[in-house]
Amino acid sequence: MDTKQIELILQTKTVGIAGCGGLGSNCAALLTRAGIGKLVLADFDIVDESNLSRQYFFRSQVGLYKTDALRENLLQLNPALIIETHCTKLTASDIARFFIGCDIVVEAFDDANAKQMLIETMALELPATPLIAGNGIAGWGNNNAITTLRADKNLYICGDGTLETSRELPPLAPRVMVVAAMQANQVLEILLNNPIY
Amino acid sequence: MNIILNNRPESFDEEALTFDELIKQKNFTFKLLVTKLNGELVRKEHRNTTEIRDGDNVTVLHLISGG
Repeated sequence: MDTKQIELILQTKTVGIAGCGGLGSNCAALLTRAGIGKLVLADFDIVDESNLSRQYFFRSQVGLYKTDALRENLLQLNPALIIETHCTKLTASDIARFFIGCDIVVEAFDDANAKQMLIETMALELPATPLIAGNGIAGWGNNNAITTLRADKNLYICGDGTLETSRELPPLAPRVMVVAAMQANQVLEILLNNPIY
Repeated sequence: MNIILNNRPESFDEEALTFDELIKQKNFTFKLLVTKLNGELVRKEHRNTTEIRDGDNVTVLHLISGG
């Protein structure tokens, strides 16, 4: 496979991203740069000044919906990218409807309850679609505690699996972006190493 | 019984354990778990009745906030 073939494969692929915060916005930017053809983005939130510490947004975008702001930024990277956005707080009944056309889904929520809901719903309703979840991104340092666990045939978990965000362990850009990059890298591994996709 | 728990082999004296018993015995104290038996999701309300037996492949993931 050469560069041109890789480009042609990735152009035909669709990746769903559930949550456009620290993990989701950065993962979306990486996948866009890598040449993914289409992204399905879901988030209900608005860009806040505090998000600029680690999320792929800019000061001028404070107050915009994250899905709209991210669309703007991703199109700056690749004007040919196809983007479908869902500006809503995802519930179990939305998951299959929004992500059924995706080759892979990236779980990028902040809240652990939402992570559980997505993992369980995907297992029940879209079991054949690989899901790449993020779990444990807080704080700084300890590079080698961050891993990718293949929990199941179609479930991969990236993160340290331990550290919850708190006042003492805020989500800081480097660790958040390491995990986002691992998720994006796992997406590419699945898409490029498995000809059936 | 011998099982695979989170990709690692583990042995237990019991011939079978429910998910709730396994979680207690392993001291998994986290609130939010996703449990699977041989790749099939086991919902929270079924953890007290679903039995794990010799040779099973078990996944117990605990989810933490941050993202």
